[in-house]
Amino acid sequence: MQNTSRASTPERILTLLTSTIGQVLISVLVPLLTFVVLWRGFLFLRDSNAPKSIIALVAIIWGVGGVGLLYLIANWIVEQLPDKWTARLQPFVFVGPAVAILIWYLALPAFRTFWISLWNRNGTAFVFLQNYLDVFRDRGMLESFRNNLLWMIVGTTFSVGFGLLIAVLADRSKFERIAKSIIFMPMAISFVGAGIIWKFIYENRPPGEAQIGLLNAVVTALGGQPQAWVSLVQPWNNLFLIVIVVWLQTGFAMVLFSAALKGIPAELLEASRVDGANEFQVFFRIMVPYIQGTIITVTTTIVIFTLKIFDVVMVMTGAQYGTEVIATQFYRQYFSNRNFGYGSAIAIILLIAVIPVMIYNLREFREKEAF
Amino acid sequence: MERKLGSAKRRKLVSDILLNGALTILCLLWALPTVGLFVSSFRTREDIFASGWWKVLPHRAYVTVETLDIPTGVTRDQVVEIAGVSGTFDEFRLGKTNSEGQQIIWVGNLRAGRIEIQEREWTTRSNFTLSNYEQVLAGKEYSYQRPDGSTQTVQGDNLTGAFLNSVAVAVPATIIPILIAAFAAYGFAWMNFTGRKFLFIMVVALLVVPLQIALVPILRDYQALKLNGTFLAVWLAHTGFGLPLATYLLYNYISGLPRDTLESAFIDGASHFTIFTRLILPLSVPALASFAIFQFLWVWNDYLVALIFIGEVREQEVLTMRLASIVGSRGADWHLLTAGAFISMLLPLIVFFGLQRYFVRGLLAGSVK
Repeated sequence: MQNTSRASTPERILTLLTSTIGQVLISVLVPLLTFVVLWRGFLFLRDSNAPKSIIALVAIIWGVGGVGLLYLIANWIVEQLPDKWTARLQPFVFVGPAVAILIWYLALPAFRTFWISLWNRNGTAFVFLQNYLDVFRDRGMLESFRNNLLWMIVGTTFSVGFGLLIAVLADRSKFERIAKSIIFMPMAISFVGAGIIWKFIYENRPPGEAQIGLLNAVVTALGGQPQAWVSLVQPWNNLFLIVIVVWLQTGFAMVLFSAALKGIPAELLEASRVDGANEFQVFFRIMVPYIQGTIITVTTTIVIFTLKIFDVVMVMTGAQYGTEVIATQFYRQYFSNRNFGYGSAIAIILLIAVIPVMIYNLREFREKEAF
Repeated sequence: MERKLGSAKRRKLVSDILLNGALTILCLLWALPTVGLFVSSFRTREDIFASGWWKVLPHRAYVTVETLDIPTGVTRDQVVEIAGVSGTFDEFRLGKTNSEGQQIIWVGNLRAGRIEIQEREWTTRSNFTLSNYEQVLAGKEYSYQRPDGSTQTVQGDNLTGAFLNSVAVAVPATIIPILIAAFAAYGFAWMNFTGRKFLFIMVVALLVVPLQIALVPILRDYQALKLNGTFLAVWLAHTGFGLPLATYLLYNYISGLPRDTLESAFIDGASHFTIFTRLILPLSVPALASFAIFQFLWVWNDYLVALIFIGEVREQEVLTMRLASIVGSRGADWHLLTAGAFISMLLPLIVFFGLQRYFVRGLLAGSVK
């Protein structure tokens, strides 16, 4: 009875069709048919020589439609079962796929990578922690750690600093929206795109020729010598790469700070100004303490982000000229040198570096949630 | 009293000017890099190489007003007089200024060349072209003069295919994780099952796990399953890496929806699936949109995941990979690079400016990652 009232028209037809035998038959046939259709689609996408635009269209329909279809079928099967079983199994239809993917793609790989890291370069001999010892003895790796530290400290400080400054300025300006859009816009640009933009700014021509890079044009106009900023000016070239990430991430920091600043009660600011506090005092004694939580969040987010930095370095210098970082070392060791054990050890070190943040997140979650 | 008010007003005005001035300078600094790229992408190859992009703005520069033949039979050290100034060949090569402020410059070498008389004038270098885009999108050929005078013809690059691949990767890799995360978020928020709390704590713990950790094992699985270089492989990878944040965000939103609405739907006999598709999904559009923008920008701009799971399969190459390889192989072809970079930014910028409000909301909700 309950079934008919909640079923829509196609479902009602299906219910009519399903006598005991038919029910079993359909429950087998429908999923089978779905899988056949999806498999054909997969083969088409992999092997077809159709025009690119058609392949793209089919890919989108197949991918999105396929996932939707799988949920529909799985749910339909579960709803055919007796009510008690439906109630028991339905949560797993909803949550199961997400959990399975998370375990396959993130949870399990952490342990698998750790296991691989205990073996030698091609997994033929168990070396225990030897790879980790090597990592901390390798001069190139130590240089990468130094560079990453530079990225984390300089990159984060400037992104947070500029973000806060612009948020405070914009908050009191009439042009708030347009100013925020301009600062925020680089967030939409890929690292590869940003790399090209900044390579063009750092472009270097021999002295005497017209400088087409903005930085060298400014430097020569002021009477200086043009420099190869990202390659030869070591170790300062790292800073010229960090500028790019500051350019990209300040918008992110600004948006969060701006929202937090708007949460400060106006009376509080008003009262302190009436009491004779100047703007600097208002900023450091009232605003900063008030948005402390946001400052911590933004800082950790950017620290993690700079810890994993990869694309910018790859595009700008190909990780040469002393600009190697942990993520590029990982890529080079694993994919160029085929040193699987060593590469995995580097990935594990990245994971260990974020564990404090993970613990912080979990603690926050536990305090906040009456889950 | 009045004077006091007046000085307060003046002080307010001064601080307003300082504030907006500082903000304008910062905005200019932030916009300049992108503007430079944008302007350059419309300049001809020759112009890009000959002068900085800011020369499209009016500026004072020497413009040739007259061309003379070179004096014949001059030796290298001989002092000659041209247009009212005297000097040697080497001096004229660098340019000499006469009393009228004209610059006399010897172009070419001692035997073959010309004399140009130039005056300082206001000028712009503003002959814009769309040919960079034709060369980089449709692979149109272009030719240029080598230093030795010969002409070189080079094939442009074909970004159209890479653009379509990026679309084929980014659209499903945005929608699939959202769909999966929305189902999971509903399950966590409105269903009861064993392991619910444990599984959600796993989601929170995975929020910050660096994806580098997963690349090696997943690549091995893909090799075993022969999935490498397929769209499915990249979609699933992006789904896996985006899922913790998506589930967390959508859970926060969906669990906050009013309980009454759902309960009355239950009493009417609606199933979980019906409630989810008919009620929860429409109600969650703001949250879905914020995460969609987030994920779309992330996937569209991604380089590492594509590089590893698409790798050497040229047919499936996405925009960021194609661009990075142009940077590597022909890094001096600025007319191609600037146009190509702008093409890669086009869609994200449209999405960004069109849906900025949702994007900001997503950022605010998801800043734990």
